[in-house]
Amino acid sequence: MPKDGIGASTKRREDLRFLTGKGRYTDDINIRGQAYAHFIRSDVAHGRIVSIDTAAAEAMPGVLRIFTAADFAGVGGLPCGWQVTDRHGKPMLEPKHPVLADGKVRHVGDPIAAVVAETYEQARDAAEAVVIEIEELPAVVDMKAALQPGSPLVHDEIGSNLCYDWGFVEENRAAVDEAFARAAHVTTLDLVNNRLVANPMEPRVAVGDFEAHNDQHTLYTTSQNPHVIRLLMGAFVLGIPEHKLRVVAPDVGGGFGSKIYHYAEEAFVTFAAKQLKRPVKWTSSRSEAFMSDAHGRDHVTRIELALDADNNFTALRCLTHANMGAYLSTFAPCIPTWLHGTLLAGNYRTPLIYTNVKAVFTNTVPVDAYRGAGRPEATFQLERVVDKAARELGVDPVELRRQNFIRPDQFPYQTPVAVVYDTGNYHATMDKLLEISDYAGFAARAAESQARGKLRGFGVAHYIEACGIAPSNLVGQLGARAGLYESATVRVNATGSITVMTGSHSHGQGHETTFAQVVAEMIGCDASQVEIVHGDTANTPMGMGTYGSRSLAVGGSALVKATNKIINKAKKIAAHLLEAAPEDIELKDGKFTVAGTDKSKSWVDITLAAYVPHNYPLAEMEPGLEETAFYDPSNFTYPSGAYGCEVEVDPETGKVTILSFTAADDFGNIVNPMIVEGQVQGGLAQGIGQALLESAAYDESGQLLTGSFMDYAMPRADDVPFFQVDHSSCTPCTHNPLGVKGCGEAGAIGSPPAVVNAVIDALHRAGMTHVTHIDMPLTPSRVWAAMNA
Amino acid sequence: MTKVSMVVNGKTVSGEVEGRTLLVQFLRDGLGLTGTHVGCDTSQCGACTVHVDGQAVKSCTVFALDVAGAQVRTIEGMANPDGSLSTLQQAFQDHHGLQCGFCTPGMVMASAALLAENPTPTEAEVRHHLEGNLCRCTGYHNIVKAVLAASGQDVSAPLAAE
Repeated sequence: MPKDGIGASTKRREDLRFLTGKGRYTDDINIRGQAYAHFIRSDVAHGRIVSIDTAAAEAMPGVLRIFTAADFAGVGGLPCGWQVTDRHGKPMLEPKHPVLADGKVRHVGDPIAAVVAETYEQARDAAEAVVIEIEELPAVVDMKAALQPGSPLVHDEIGSNLCYDWGFVEENRAAVDEAFARAAHVTTLDLVNNRLVANPMEPRVAVGDFEAHNDQHTLYTTSQNPHVIRLLMGAFVLGIPEHKLRVVAPDVGGGFGSKIYHYAEEAFVTFAAKQLKRPVKWTSSRSEAFMSDAHGRDHVTRIELALDADNNFTALRCLTHANMGAYLSTFAPCIPTWLHGTLLAGNYRTPLIYTNVKAVFTNTVPVDAYRGAGRPEATFQLERVVDKAARELGVDPVELRRQNFIRPDQFPYQTPVAVVYDTGNYHATMDKLLEISDYAGFAARAAESQARGKLRGFGVAHYIEACGIAPSNLVGQLGARAGLYESATVRVNATGSITVMTGSHSHGQGHETTFAQVVAEMIGCDASQVEIVHGDTANTPMGMGTYGSRSLAVGGSALVKATNKIINKAKKIAAHLLEAAPEDIELKDGKFTVAGTDKSKSWVDITLAAYVPHNYPLAEMEPGLEETAFYDPSNFTYPSGAYGCEVEVDPETGKVTILSFTAADDFGNIVNPMIVEGQVQGGLAQGIGQALLESAAYDESGQLLTGSFMDYAMPRADDVPFFQVDHSSCTPCTHNPLGVKGCGEAGAIGSPPAVVNAVIDALHRAGMTHVTHIDMPLTPSRVWAAMNA
Repeated sequence: MTKVSMVVNGKTVSGEVEGRTLLVQFLRDGLGLTGTHVGCDTSQCGACTVHVDGQAVKSCTVFALDVAGAQVRTIEGMANPDGSLSTLQQAFQDHHGLQCGFCTPGMVMASAALLAENPTPTEAEVRHHLEGNLCRCTGYHNIVKAVLAASGQDVSAPLAAE
């Protein structure tokens, strides 16, 4: 096995440029002659645009042009990539989403006009001189209020704020109700999954360039999926065919979902560059990011769990209001539906499940996928209601889970919510968690805390997620307007080195290292001989990009397929050179051998023969050694894990301190343990952030109260402990060649319920059994108020 | 526009700036030193941290003119003279203390300032010192570990919480 093959904690090659200031992020790209765009955004949540007077601003120094909606009359709106059909068979309501606000503004931050000037400062100065009159209209922020008769309408032309009313599984509805009628015990919980802002540390940036002589557009953008942006923007917004549009996503400073979507600013700079015949650059400020990046979560849910007299789960029923914000972001409709409802079985054998999801338009920033996307919402409500049921029944929360887990011998397991889990062993991950978190020693630690006047609690949660999105034919039936395969081209160069072009994209995940490890393992070469190219539509095959923990499960599978094609062809060349049958050729440690003999050819002998085909079976085979593969998965992958959180609550202040956090995951096979652990640790901090700190808050008038890092509490180094991360439980995925499941989102999915369960546990142990739930974030004031209610 | 001169990474540089030009703008746009990043507009994230006369400073909080004549060090000036990674940079790579890399220059600069002042900090001291630098990828685990390792402390055993 090569030293940097599969399973090695290979150090990341990309680190060298990042550690020396040589990364090339979009804002580092400056094109000679570029102009600068600045957007004028609505400062009210809802209003009618009465007039826009740009005369004074146009006369200001350096101003090239000021754009408004009128300039985009012939341009399409931003498209939505997923159409959900509601419980009555009706398609969702799909309002227009103009590049610049047309007639009305619908959320604080909605772009109204854009100034393009010679310098960034001139554009900002001129923006101050644009006079915009807006007749403010009553705004609606609360989802339930938005569904009341007489509520202000976010989109007048569609006549309702209800985007869709989705039921799943609709045919089970009556059976679920009957099961509840028969239940020995029903636990009900009302909860909020708080609105979050993804906040990758790199704000969004877009640079548009245009070469008039060949009608060629280039967009440099902070994207997780440049090919998707090219397709959406080219085909649906600006009408540019793919061969005239190149999209480059160079080094991207984190995404967490928020850089999946096609945003107005990307279309704007591409459009304006052609109009002005100048490159046009836009760099988001963090304040703009808060009011223009798609937000995440924002569900309000009632969940009910029915149990029989033996504490077996018999049915689950949920009603969720999901905030869409003011417009449909690219994949918004699928998050509370197909990425949420299908996970409500969790790790349990619950036979009957029904969920009703009402997606609602409000005068707030659009909401879309954020790390986990639907799955954290499903996990949170499920793991909270199971915990609450255990407390009501007076049984151990761990034991109640164990009793209802899908057993290891039941896989593949068909859930009542459509999906089939291929593998898993939830008892094993739970056992591992209890072992490494020293659950047995908790009582002694709790006594020690008590002696110091602190309340100690231990919370567990077990999650399931569906990753590796997705079988294209399945998601097509569910309303996706895209395929969800991934691609790879493996180009073996004449002297044996290998260049891989992947349709996947890395913005922190380390593809340049791990993808090279996979190829090195398969060929038997040193990973340093493999270069990974990604992020540029001009030199990578059409691919769907990185999100949903899919890169290795889907992109890695495409890479394996393409590499296998290479190996097959290389064996044929070797067979020719060695005068043997191809089926007798073995590839080991980068050398081709005729089985059972000492006759062999080196890797370079073969690659040279492919490109200098003097002695080559030209009648049977083309020269060259380059293969492309597209991989479309046959199922989702199902990572799972048990998470444990130990907290201390200060009874005087309500402050929660996380003493330890333990994750016992099953990700199937692992290519680079160091990177997997890093992914989990990062996810945990985001989940702990959601549980204790973060909340995107609006006031009743639709003003965003948390519009900067001054107000939106991001987790900092001293908010989190060292994490204990284990991935030794391993049930490999059965339907992809690497047996991998995906690890990117797990931490953010499993941790919020573990934290909240731990706090409730601490309060109950202290006799405060009246506290059955506290909505996230569990700030000191909320915890104190709950304790003292 | 006013002329400003300073010493950046050991080299005397000068340029024309407005009164409102921030140090980070001068470094990035004036000198092309794009390793220093801008992650917010409220001096909260620390991605723009550089050293001014040996002190860690958020370069979005000072005007270029305010540091006229000063010694400024950026991430581009942190490697060893032969171009190899410094002990601290190497520790970040060895312990996977970075993912997307955007906060990394600021983290390295802030950590270097800590180690200059406190050569063997405790975990709590590292966490407290880095409180002004946001990272969204790593959960800080491996950053703290890298800084402890760079200070010569043994981080080979699993790091316990508390």
